[in-house]
Amino acid sequence: MNVHVENTSAMLSQDKPLALAILAMGGQGGGVLADWIVDLAEGEGWVAQTTSVPGVAQRTGATIYYLELLKAREGVEPVLALMPTPGDVDVVLAAELMEAGRSVLRGLVTPEKTMLIASTHRSYAVGEKEKPGDGTGNPTVVVDATDFAAKKTIAFDMDTLAVKNGSVISASMFGALCASGALPFTKEAFEATVRKGGKGVEASLRAFNAAYERVLKGGNDKLSAEPGKTFAPLPAKAGHPALDKLLARIRNEFPATIHAMLYAGVKKLTDFQDPAYANEYLDEVARLYSADRTNGGEAKDFAFTAQAAKYVAIAMAYDDVIRVADLKTRATRFDRVKKEVGVKADQLLYTTEYMHPRMEEVCGTLPKALGRWIENRPGLFNWLNRRIDKGRRVKTGTLFWFTGLYFVSALRRFRRGSLRHAIETEHRQAWVGEALRLLPKNYDLAVEILGNRRLVKGYSDTHSRGLSKFDRVMSALPKLADREDGAAWMRRLRQAALLDENGTALDGALKTVATL
Amino acid sequence: MAERSFAREVEDLKLKDGDIFRGEGILAITKALLQSGVSYVGGYQGSPISHLMDVLADAKDVMEELGIHFETSASEAAAAAMLSASVMYPVRGAVTWKSTAGTNVASDALSNLSSGGVTGGALIIIGEDFGEGSSIMQERSHAFAMKSQMWLMTPRPNLPSIVEAVEKGFELSEASNTPVMLQVGIRSCHVHGHFVAKDNKRPEYTLKEALENPRRDVNRIVLPPASFVHEKEKLEKRWPAAVNFVRENRLNEFFGPDEGEIGIVLQGGVYNGAMRALQHLGLADVYGNCRVPLYVMNVSYPMVDEELIAFAEGKKAILMVEEGAPEYIEHTLHALFRRRDIATKISGKDVLPLGGEYTTPVLIKGFGTFIETHAPALLGNRPPVPNPEPVLSDPKVKALAEVVPPRPAGFCTGCPERPIFAAMKLVEKELGEHHVSADIGCHLFSILPPFNIGGTTMGYGLGPASASAFNVEAGKRSISVMGDGGFWHNGLATSVGNAVFNKQDGVILVVDNYYSAATGGQDIMSSRALNPRRKTNNSIVNAVKGIGATWVRQIDRTYDVAKMRDTLKEALTTKEPGPKIIVASSECMLNKQRRVKPQFAKAVKDGKRMVKERFGVDEDVCTGDHACIRLSGCPSLSVKHTDDPLKDDPVAAIDNSCVGCGNCGEVSEAAVLCPSFYRADVIHNPTGWDRFAHRIRAAVIGWLQKRRDAGRIVFAD
Repeated sequence: MNVHVENTSAMLSQDKPLALAILAMGGQGGGVLADWIVDLAEGEGWVAQTTSVPGVAQRTGATIYYLELLKAREGVEPVLALMPTPGDVDVVLAAELMEAGRSVLRGLVTPEKTMLIASTHRSYAVGEKEKPGDGTGNPTVVVDATDFAAKKTIAFDMDTLAVKNGSVISASMFGALCASGALPFTKEAFEATVRKGGKGVEASLRAFNAAYERVLKGGNDKLSAEPGKTFAPLPAKAGHPALDKLLARIRNEFPATIHAMLYAGVKKLTDFQDPAYANEYLDEVARLYSADRTNGGEAKDFAFTAQAAKYVAIAMAYDDVIRVADLKTRATRFDRVKKEVGVKADQLLYTTEYMHPRMEEVCGTLPKALGRWIENRPGLFNWLNRRIDKGRRVKTGTLFWFTGLYFVSALRRFRRGSLRHAIETEHRQAWVGEALRLLPKNYDLAVEILGNRRLVKGYSDTHSRGLSKFDRVMSALPKLADREDGAAWMRRLRQAALLDENGTALDGALKTVATL
Repeated sequence: MAERSFAREVEDLKLKDGDIFRGEGILAITKALLQSGVSYVGGYQGSPISHLMDVLADAKDVMEELGIHFETSASEAAAAAMLSASVMYPVRGAVTWKSTAGTNVASDALSNLSSGGVTGGALIIIGEDFGEGSSIMQERSHAFAMKSQMWLMTPRPNLPSIVEAVEKGFELSEASNTPVMLQVGIRSCHVHGHFVAKDNKRPEYTLKEALENPRRDVNRIVLPPASFVHEKEKLEKRWPAAVNFVRENRLNEFFGPDEGEIGIVLQGGVYNGAMRALQHLGLADVYGNCRVPLYVMNVSYPMVDEELIAFAEGKKAILMVEEGAPEYIEHTLHALFRRRDIATKISGKDVLPLGGEYTTPVLIKGFGTFIETHAPALLGNRPPVPNPEPVLSDPKVKALAEVVPPRPAGFCTGCPERPIFAAMKLVEKELGEHHVSADIGCHLFSILPPFNIGGTTMGYGLGPASASAFNVEAGKRSISVMGDGGFWHNGLATSVGNAVFNKQDGVILVVDNYYSAATGGQDIMSSRALNPRRKTNNSIVNAVKGIGATWVRQIDRTYDVAKMRDTLKEALTTKEPGPKIIVASSECMLNKQRRVKPQFAKAVKDGKRMVKERFGVDEDVCTGDHACIRLSGCPSLSVKHTDDPLKDDPVAAIDNSCVGCGNCGEVSEAAVLCPSFYRADVIHNPTGWDRFAHRIRAAVIGWLQKRRDAGRIVFAD
């Protein structure tokens, strides 16, 4: 204190500090990056100040680190601010795509000033990932906003690039900052700062340089609103007569626009059961296609058939115990887990599956009549259920459990006679029947009815909840059947059903529909 | 073991006279304490001064060398009471806590301390924040200074000013026989800067000397008639002494021209922001030169009337910049000017917001209005003020509001509290929703999605007490949650004792994660670690039984969701009267990882057989309903889009940050979710037997897999 500054009101200096804001989430190393920048600037004879709100950062919350840098001048000490002023930030470093969006929303990014360096990878927030449907935010909205708001944007997946180089995102962001030219310091000075850090230097430098090169290469990563789906092109031959017959059917009986989806369906169902089952699928879609044609489908690009090709396949490949046992015991699955977990040659891997079978699942796997017979005797059912209904930790890599699962998966050949198959088939026929019934009357609505199958998913309680949502959405049909905008309403209902677990949003939407 | 180690930085505390200290604000404060000849230091952790406690703990050796006693106090009340040592003896003491939460807890001791007054310097370092820096209710510590007649320092937020405030604070305290509060904000605690160090000082008078030569003086005890005398002393002796000290030592500062039409009065803490605002208005530069007279109150209480009157002289108007509500200083100014018949206009909260953080844009706006009203000529050639408005009002940016998700702090990866609330969710599904009283601590994150559990929070260790009104006959019981930190801070007597005594028919859930986790993982009474300097490993169960609780259950692995669920159900339905206490214990994962990771790495390096666990999701099996996420919210359990054209919704996915806590598996088992989760055990350094067994298994399994693949007619991938 007691510092009495000379009265120099006549001549105010025009010097301005460089202002940098780092937007990161807890655990992303935003603090490390801030410290590097401070070290770098101080090493180059600048005054550097950084501040943060660390409590939030520790626990995955979004937080801001703020820095001001100013070339030191003899005899004077700068007064630096402790938080960013919207509209007055030179560089914004965002360690995740939505954090880049947040920086724009907070006014930190402006077209006159701001260089925005953002990693395009996503780390989904709880609100996004807890939705029963797809609650993830649309990345293109962020790209549109950042492209508009920033003077220049450098945006690519700095997280993946860092991980590939055995390091963390702070290193690749530091490299991007260096290459951006936003700071008047040499690359050597940047690298010397990383070296001084002492920990994981080589990996950090690799990530630093990879990001540096990536920026020099130019161009930002392209992001898309629709998640990319891979459609394998319909092959000419599959190498087995049964399979070739399926391919020929697709090629000869259906319009070319639907071939890829049909092939995906056929592939899934041969894998689920056998080629004959896939053939049944084609029979079903063919039946719907013929109805499509007689109801003016051609003018609609056979949207009904396309929708059917997708959802009939999904409905036919229902998730049962046999399917789970099959998927869990495959050699490809063993390899995939190995790769995902990153097992080295001198290490061994075992997996434990968390399964909780109930009597419902057992009955579903039994022959239809037997399953029904047990289900109709609650005393017996409950007695058996007490023995079945518990969590089981299945060690798939051991012989006892593997052979157990292997045996269950071998029940595949009896699947068509199982109670579950009967239930699924019945449900499917009722659902497709509704769509067919409405097709002549309201084509678009019929397409939406097929799309409602998206609501049925999961196992046990989740499955029942899905079925109930499906039923509730379908309950609006009488109201919507005669309306021109019936399809749009049906789509809205389905979207509402995917918003929350209990269907609160759906109830609201149904009430609205009731008032139509 | 605290979250962050300052072992390296503590070396800087040994810097000598003339050395340049470079580092964070909290370290500077510690260094200043050592330079001031402090005898004892205590406190209770909490943002923003948590790290100050950690630095002090890590600086134990430096402090011992200087003969300083350091204590992690059981609560802020204990810390404040500790200052009693300075009442009779000329020893300097400093304590620290988060304000106003901690000051509330400490206020009983502070009132008594202020009444009797101190002989040795007593300094209370408090953290207070408004806006995004604050995690608690927004109140002002200023009120405590006024009501108890303690002094409040609010130094400018740079290291030299803060360091000097510590040193001068002790002197002020001694000169006026009054405890002094030194207020800092979270950003100044963590601001990186530098100052010129001085040598550390040994206390001139030691605690040992005091203990061996006890003194007492009835006049210093808060008991009539002495307490009546204290009242007089405070107003007639200590207050003027303080004002004189502040004036003589020029603790408050004047900047800018000596004269002017207008002037700005501000608390030290907002100085940097105010200077930046003036810079944007073309009235100051980055080196502290300024065209408007400024009076900076590094001491916010007591106000030095004469300095303000002199400052106002010849000015048309002054602006009082005072963060937080209500505007105590502004009120006092008005009273002063009215009494003295001073015509200078006082502006303040008429142009500045009543509450909230005084950010640069807020100050630019307030200063602008003030100057335009009273001295518009000053604003002649101003540069354009930074204005994000055109950007923010663009539809492209507005669209962001719909997309950018809120990201509040939440449970960490592998947090042992997550399964507790997953279990509560499952119980909720069976028995319906209950009234849940929450407390202070990490577990309060349960109020956020995906759990949405917890109705109120009343204070540290007060969760069960805040459910005490619900001790009536009803079809449901109340549930109250309290952390181990809150339990030892206040909860044992105030919540559990109260519940036992009043036969409170509710469920008390004590979340025991072995640390005061929310404030950075400091050890507490029931910490399981061996702490050579403290007595840890004191059982919560024994404590509650010791004060008469009878229905007590200990769960030693919170990840056992089924057991957690069943125990909760039992507690909610048992016929037994009185509080039903569940102590749910598992180590804070953040701390555990810090402890275990190096040990694991070392064991692997030494060739020991070690098993590393993590979880995964079979994406073929996952149907994208995300029920698992709604019972977890773990940062490592996320979603990913697949390229499978037959899957509409993203599937669950677990990333590499998974620590294998087991919650995913337990939850999917207890809630009967889908079987897509698996635990992957990677055996490092397998033994000969491991390898042999694995060879046999792989051979048989491989043969079976080949056999089946051969019989399968499928399309090639």
